[in-house]
Amino acid sequence: MKQLSVNHLLGTKDLKKDDIELIFQTATHFKEVINRPIKKVPSLRDITIANLFFENSTRTKLSFELAEKRLSADIINFSASQSSVKKGETLIDTVNNILSMKVDIIVMRHPNVGAGVFLSKHVKSKIINAGDGAHEHPTQALLDSYSIKEKLGTVKNKKIVIIGDILHSRVAISNIYALQLQGATVKVCGPTTLIPKYITSLGVEVEKNLLKALQWCDVANVLRVQHERMDIKYFPSIREYTQLFGINKEILNSLKKEIVIMHPGPINRGVEITSDVADSNQSIILNQVENGVAIRMAVIYLLAQQIKN
Amino acid sequence: MYFCIPNNVWSALMAKKTLLNAKDIHIILHRLACQLIENHNDFSNTVLIGLQPRGIFLANRLTQILQKDYKVTDIKLGKLDITFYRDDFRRRNEPLEASNTSIDFIVEDKKVVFIDDVLFSGRSIRSALTAIQSFGRPESIELLVLIDRRFSRHLPIQPDYKGRQVDVINSEKVSVSWLENNKKDAVYILRDN
Repeated sequence: MKQLSVNHLLGTKDLKKDDIELIFQTATHFKEVINRPIKKVPSLRDITIANLFFENSTRTKLSFELAEKRLSADIINFSASQSSVKKGETLIDTVNNILSMKVDIIVMRHPNVGAGVFLSKHVKSKIINAGDGAHEHPTQALLDSYSIKEKLGTVKNKKIVIIGDILHSRVAISNIYALQLQGATVKVCGPTTLIPKYITSLGVEVEKNLLKALQWCDVANVLRVQHERMDIKYFPSIREYTQLFGINKEILNSLKKEIVIMHPGPINRGVEITSDVADSNQSIILNQVENGVAIRMAVIYLLAQQIKN
Repeated sequence: MYFCIPNNVWSALMAKKTLLNAKDIHIILHRLACQLIENHNDFSNTVLIGLQPRGIFLANRLTQILQKDYKVTDIKLGKLDITFYRDDFRRRNEPLEASNTSIDFIVEDKKVVFIDDVLFSGRSIRSALTAIQSFGRPESIELLVLIDRRFSRHLPIQPDYKGRQVDVINSEKVSVSWLENNKKDAVYILRDN
């Protein structure tokens, strides 16, 4: 298979195993490209991409923007804080206005779940979901799997534990779908209040004890505590959270094996992970960031391929 | 070669005529190797770049001959994939599939020799000329091909070294088979039945 089975990238739930393989193969070629003296290819020189960020983002926005520029696409950036959204414009109106400027691909981050799906039904452009509320963040999950594959050779039969604030995490959901599709076993670990009630219906086990989870796993994907999404108190104090679910060097040294540490960023150093762990050889956090550009180039390239001239 | 359709598919559809057999190819490869030595001496300032996917076989074979039969020791051989530089992205029904690029030496100020099996429209060479710029500014670029299909060029691109020149019409296909990928060294002309 040389084409994606989907017309938009709305979530990893919609992808097939072959799609992930194709994205990874293409990303490997782009990773070589971004390590050249001149890190740019002309493939998308006649494609225009709009980055619509209705929610704050640093890493994802920069990564998408860099990926688009490396592919020679023309780009326009939009962030809700500086726009007419504040004046009461609806999502479809905003997007249609942008589309009338002849945009081929939309990369969108939105605080509402399903915003990408909604948009894909109403506009003709290709949609790439860069995070919709606590639902999906497919490119993050793809780059996480790609980084695991790069480090361990394969994702199949690996044991991955996702630790922390699962309730507010789109990264967790997208990762669970993507990892299971590739044959990995996934557990989640965190305070009961931050584990969604129906998470086991996705085929993942819940482990409440951090040490047991770490002893079981090959890879620990540590998530940030998303204070900004917490309108109530989910745990007594940050100090208590860190004591029960924070990853530090001592706990890693107590394991009989060396596990891989991942984090989608931004890191709350000293809360969910200590600096000595985040900066250790076990951590592939910066590889994740580098791979993010290659993965996003691959996704954009493969979707652009479907747009006929 | 620009249009890559598997040889077995073409063979089933078309009549096949042998243009070059293994002995012809052997002689031609040695001649091309000697011509390269004439212009590039010890290859200390020269790099060979095989164009993916099908130029790689020819590039590897020439390198072996230069090393074994002509004792040229300092050969730098790279592979260049041109997929992301092609001018027919989104203009074809079939999706494009990329191959590996591996150039682990400096191209800046080097004499580059592109190596491909068949020169047809010249468009893949045009793409390769753009692609190589990403690795630096070569002193010069030459083109070596096994088969030069005359009168089929879309662009003003000509080879500096050619194995055999052929006149074939557009509906015909020149197919190169190598020992390494098809168990036999031969060049065929395929025609519609």
